[in-house]
Amino acid sequence: MSPGALLEVRSLRVEFPTRRGTLLAVDDISFSIAPGEVLGVVGESGAGKSLTGAAVIGLLEPPGRIARGEVKLAGLRIDNLPPDEMRKVRGREIGAIFQDPLTSLNPLYTVGQQLVETITTHLHMSQQQARSRAIELLAATGIPAPERRVDHYPHQFSGGMRQRVVIALALAAEPKLIIADEPTTALDVSIQAQIIQLLKTLCREKRTAVMLITHDMGVIAETADRVAVMYAGRIAEIGPVADVIHRPQHPYTVGLMGSIPSMEHEIERLAQIDGSMPRLTEIPSGCAFHPRCEKAFGRCSRERPELMPAGTSQAACWLHDAGGGRMAA
Amino acid sequence: MSAVRKPSAEATAPGDVIVRADGISKYFDVSPPWLNRVLEGKPRTTLHAVDEVSFEIRSGETLSLVGESGCGKSTIARVLVGLYAPSKGRVEFFGHDLREMGSAAGRNLRQKLQMIFQDPYASLNPRWRVADIVAEPLKAHGLMSDPQRITARVDELLGLVRLSPADKAKYPHQFSGGQRQRISIARALATNPEFLVCDEPTSALDVSVQAQVLNLMKDLQRELGLTYLFISHNLAVVHHISDRVGVMYLGRIVELAPKSRLFAAPSHPYTRMLLDAIPDLDMTGRARTPVAGEVPNPLNPPPGCTFHPRCPHADERCKREAPVLKLHRHAGIEAQVACHAVEEGRIG
Repeated sequence: MSPGALLEVRSLRVEFPTRRGTLLAVDDISFSIAPGEVLGVVGESGAGKSLTGAAVIGLLEPPGRIARGEVKLAGLRIDNLPPDEMRKVRGREIGAIFQDPLTSLNPLYTVGQQLVETITTHLHMSQQQARSRAIELLAATGIPAPERRVDHYPHQFSGGMRQRVVIALALAAEPKLIIADEPTTALDVSIQAQIIQLLKTLCREKRTAVMLITHDMGVIAETADRVAVMYAGRIAEIGPVADVIHRPQHPYTVGLMGSIPSMEHEIERLAQIDGSMPRLTEIPSGCAFHPRCEKAFGRCSRERPELMPAGTSQAACWLHDAGGGRMAA
Repeated sequence: MSAVRKPSAEATAPGDVIVRADGISKYFDVSPPWLNRVLEGKPRTTLHAVDEVSFEIRSGETLSLVGESGCGKSTIARVLVGLYAPSKGRVEFFGHDLREMGSAAGRNLRQKLQMIFQDPYASLNPRWRVADIVAEPLKAHGLMSDPQRITARVDELLGLVRLSPADKAKYPHQFSGGQRQRISIARALATNPEFLVCDEPTSALDVSVQAQVLNLMKDLQRELGLTYLFISHNLAVVHHISDRVGVMYLGRIVELAPKSRLFAAPSHPYTRMLLDAIPDLDMTGRARTPVAGEVPNPLNPPPGCTFHPRCPHADERCKREAPVLKLHRHAGIEAQVACHAVEEGRIG
């Protein structure tokens, strides 16, 4: 795929074997992230965006498993590493930030102890050096009085401050890639802006690649360089963020963008996509979106579209199939 | 005036004041247990969840209350529907004190007031069929007893929220989040209410489903002449649905203005800050101005204006004296703003 990509995911498929058959939660998706790039992954609940992130860092909950495809970090495959090896990659090479900062921190240890543990596990540092690095990290994430705060327990921090600690923890070993799964969803808007700003500054300075998973298009709009829109376990559209937002190519993306209320324009009715995303047990044939798509035609229910060039983006939609006889309007 | 009319013979014209909150406060006692107070000498502590809030809602309009978590917006919703008794102040509903609601004579009033909750998974009884859920208010208020009429009414209500009559035999778990919220709305509409209190009705939903519910709520407002109090933390949703907006901070309304004025020319520094903090789709590549600081602990709010520690315009007076809501005119549109700096003309 793209040369110089830090993370390359190719034909990734995540499945859940159940008694009633195998569910395909992530179905054949490919993307890459370059160093210093923020790739946004959006989609509604159940689109498979969090599972994609979990598959990349090897944290799929059993019985979920990677059934096919490969994940490469800096050219090396990491999807088939034994658990011990993968644990070293996590933390050292890939940092993770999850939605709820309270569950990412151990309530029984001070944040300093948790940071020092992560630092000494991955970097060759003495306790003393690790502690001063922990204080530096807390300062870098904007926590006031870090020398004092380093000895506090997670419950002594507010929600926004806790998420900063989680970010400090994710950055502790200077990973090349950060997977941020809904990092601001649990926070109030004024705190959200601070956290997003922090993530952006940090990855610009350290050239860290970020996979930002969220359902909030607004957060994507101001943070991401490129965005992948997921629907029913597949990428419906991927492209530069401004193009996907302002010139969406896939009918699902068009509907999704239209359904977001705006503060800039006065709209009487929001665009509405009737119905809801199919359950994994009943994914329609062909294009999974065709039963809800106003532009669907015969081919859509029979053949599954792969990503194809559409404007400056790529969309998985037969409307953009130049050879198929029907061009996009 | 609606105040002299009997609630049963209501024929409210659009624009009549139907809800009036007059200086309502709600305090919660969050003291440590008695023994700890005695042994450890800990004092009683009171949380001022809502402090001296006044507003009016006119028939046919949508008033929204926005604010961050803990600002007291949901407490107001609960006071208005009578789930909490206000610690101070009074709520008038069609000119009647809300406290009369408990009496038998208040039954007519209660029918005119319904609530839609945030979580469509928790607000529907999982063991009941949709038909029973939607019919419950009809039976509780003794409006209908004939099973055939009830079934007809349930069908009609499901039709109103764009569900099919066949859905009434199903259980809540068979529906998606958006469909469940429709069921909640159908239940709320069963008694032909005039006023709906909607506490974050779309926060638990995905955007495309949120759009369906918001469109439905707007359609129903037009068809049935409903009045909404809409509680939300999402400014874009509030911009879409409201006529007037009240912005809350630490239990008080800091600005109350028509939507167009509030979003185009916000006055209070907190409103400005909130609007700056919102990511918008048009903001690709643009950085928003992050706000310094966090909401203070409501148990120990700062003196004077509670926003002063985060406010770039705060001066000595702001630290001493709490501002009250005052009329402020800008570009010919009136708004109520509680800010010394705006009042003194220090900020425009």
